[in-house]
Amino acid sequence: MAFYLALFLTGLANAAALFLVASGLSLIFGVTRIVNFAHGSLYMLGAFIGVTLMQVLPGAVGFWGAILLTGLAVGVIGALVEIVVLRRIYRAPELFQLVATFGVILVIQDLALMIWGAEDRLGPRAPGLRGVWRIFGEPVPKYDIVLIAITPVILLALWYLITRTRLGILVRAATQDREMVGALGVNQAWLFTGVFALGSALAGWGGALQLPKGGADLLMDFNIIGTVFVVVVIGGMGSLPGAFIAAVLISVLNAFGVAFLPQSTLVLMFVVMAAVLIVRPYGLLGREEVAGEHGQVGAPESPIRPYGPRGIVLTAFLLALLASLPGFAEPFVLTLVIDIVVFALFAASLHFILGTGGMVSFGHAAFFGGGAYAAALLVFHTDTPMELAFLFAPLAAGLLALAIGWFCIRLSGVYFAMLTLAFSQLVWSLAFQWRSLTRGDDGLINIWPADWLNGPLPYYYFTLILGVGGILTLRHIIHSPFGYALRAGRDSPRQAEAMGIDVKRVQLVAFALAGMMAGLAGGLFVFSKGSVFPTELEIAKSFDALIVVFLGGVKTLAGGVVGASFLTSVEHWLTRLEYWRLLLGLVIIAVVILMPEGIVGTLRRQALRLRRADEEAPR
Amino acid sequence: MLEISEIHSFYGKAHILGGLSFSVARGEVVALLGRNGAGKSTTMKSVMQLLPPRSGSVTFEGHELVGLPAYRVAKAGIGYVPEDRRVFSDLTVLENLEVGRQPQREGAPHWTVEQLFELFPNLAERRHNRGKHMSGGEQQMLTIARTLMGNPALLLLDEPSEGIAPVIVEQMARSILRLKAEGLTVLISEQNLHFARAVADRAIILESGRKTFDGSFEALEKQPEIRDAYLSL
Repeated sequence: MAFYLALFLTGLANAAALFLVASGLSLIFGVTRIVNFAHGSLYMLGAFIGVTLMQVLPGAVGFWGAILLTGLAVGVIGALVEIVVLRRIYRAPELFQLVATFGVILVIQDLALMIWGAEDRLGPRAPGLRGVWRIFGEPVPKYDIVLIAITPVILLALWYLITRTRLGILVRAATQDREMVGALGVNQAWLFTGVFALGSALAGWGGALQLPKGGADLLMDFNIIGTVFVVVVIGGMGSLPGAFIAAVLISVLNAFGVAFLPQSTLVLMFVVMAAVLIVRPYGLLGREEVAGEHGQVGAPESPIRPYGPRGIVLTAFLLALLASLPGFAEPFVLTLVIDIVVFALFAASLHFILGTGGMVSFGHAAFFGGGAYAAALLVFHTDTPMELAFLFAPLAAGLLALAIGWFCIRLSGVYFAMLTLAFSQLVWSLAFQWRSLTRGDDGLINIWPADWLNGPLPYYYFTLILGVGGILTLRHIIHSPFGYALRAGRDSPRQAEAMGIDVKRVQLVAFALAGMMAGLAGGLFVFSKGSVFPTELEIAKSFDALIVVFLGGVKTLAGGVVGASFLTSVEHWLTRLEYWRLLLGLVIIAVVILMPEGIVGTLRRQALRLRRADEEAPR
Repeated sequence: MLEISEIHSFYGKAHILGGLSFSVARGEVVALLGRNGAGKSTTMKSVMQLLPPRSGSVTFEGHELVGLPAYRVAKAGIGYVPEDRRVFSDLTVLENLEVGRQPQREGAPHWTVEQLFELFPNLAERRHNRGKHMSGGEQQMLTIARTLMGNPALLLLDEPSEGIAPVIVEQMARSILRLKAEGLTVLISEQNLHFARAVADRAIILESGRKTFDGSFEALEKQPEIRDAYLSL
């Protein structure tokens, strides 16, 4: 019995940092509607800054003073990020900001590497709280007890701030209707900056507080972000008590998981989240999200049209160029083009549900990696011929998408995005922890194509035909009645329902189709590389696709393809450099700020302007 | 006090206001009349810069408003009561009022929570209730009171009588006359001619984003063809 109590206390202690980070994320989302992917990076900064300050400041006062200062410092950094980057793009399409926050992640990663180096830092012990207290005979670290005592105090302080102060009232009002708050004379810009700073400071405190139990390393940002999203979603986006309950739930569950089912810790969390969302789609204490409650931001979308003759000629020329490429290009160019085509197909499949269907998935890597793993597992364990295994990639990914989609399409907006993220993490943790089947992070290797396809040239054409074919198929579907129904469901679900379209069904089919195409891309990928690792299922992989779609332009058909070519090429050139993440992050942020409609959208607008100027000139 | 000249406003590509001009003098209550879609609410939003006009100018006490963010317009002394009320439904009555609170302003009546409760007694009883648990009429009073907390010199009232029980409409009319007596300048958009005549000094009729009449209610009486053509009674 005492053992269980000790486990429970460990869980409670772990909940402290998690709650701090999650409450910050929730607060920021509530007011600014920005899903701040960089929140994990702020947590990591908190840890590093905390370690540094604790080395400088002596004694117990120094320790707690360092924690306090760390939060303030990270708050200032957050405010800077908001002012320099995010403030410029609030009017951009919904969720476009997350691309910018991803750029921020990359920049912070490299800055942290520059400043603190690649070595992990062990957190110092809290002065005066080094030992353990015995509770019913079980040793419980003293610092754990302190954390358990601190967390409710923080919750109470935040609760007071939100419910009892003018700032809190403004924050809650802005969460509901920020335009009206502005019309009442409140400068939203500073309210947003303030909330962003506060949320960042909370993440920083989280990072510093966990130091005596952990430390600081460069993987912290991605390691925590998945868990934090889970906590925020289980608790309900924007609800502080919800975040608290969920943080405790997940941490306690984790503590017991580590003790009894060590192979399942990662899976467990996402299973709980999926279960909660199926019963309560908006989290334990969350409210229903009403999208576009107070009018659409920005101009209405112009309908997409099939290409005119010029577009067709250009596309045909590009395809002809690709087809004749092996005649004159170096082999490494072929490999690069294979990567681009695979990534373009993956991005196009995400664009299909995101742009055309309005379903923003944060977990599309599940289907890319899922397809890759499906084929690889067959080859690895049963020596299935490549042709058969390859077919299995889109098939398995499609079925997986059908199953995941069945749960996810009940939700919309951010909750949909979060649930897809959770499921993709579930798939990732299976690949990562089910070692007997997947070999964990050793990956599956020696997955080569059949003899007739082995070699750069045949595989180049194989990829080109299937990849381009897949992209064209998706394009064709967008212009078919099914595509119209999908767009109708995106723009006006009720109207579409009234016209007899079964919106959810259309969305589910589209989701499965997108999963299938992502699986096809995964299949092409695994046989071109000869191996697959859990990284292909990671959040980062999903984000890559998201970034590419947003960079290219959500509202344009070529967006995904152009974005993929852009990112793959840029990455190809930048990765030779030492601090390529920093540069890539800056490039991404620059594109986001300078081209808020994406590369294709902005180019098209420029072209339109030029054409208008041409037409007006002769008069 | 408020000078609107030649403003053109758009929703996307839809041209809503086509060169609208009019002015409101200090202490006046002016009614903006017209059918659904005539551009009344768009005019309000164009003044407030929630929908900045693409061309033309809006000046308030000599200062250009076009191009300012909405909060600056509010800080300049213009209070906006939106047509769809937009009460913060999760906030209590007192908290809603707190959001609107701004420092006292010279040349404009100063309001305290207690004075507003006196003006709208229903709100006093419900001060701890959340916005979403209130009736349409109470919500309408709350939005007006919330805006008055900013101590505006000019009040933009967008269709205050819409969808409200007749008893409350009468009460609303009395409150508006009271605001006028306090020295507040009011621009009110209405479809209800009877209500407008009861509270306003002057009528402006809009049709398809253009002004078709600007004058006293007596003058309007003498031109029944305008009244019948542009107002649905």
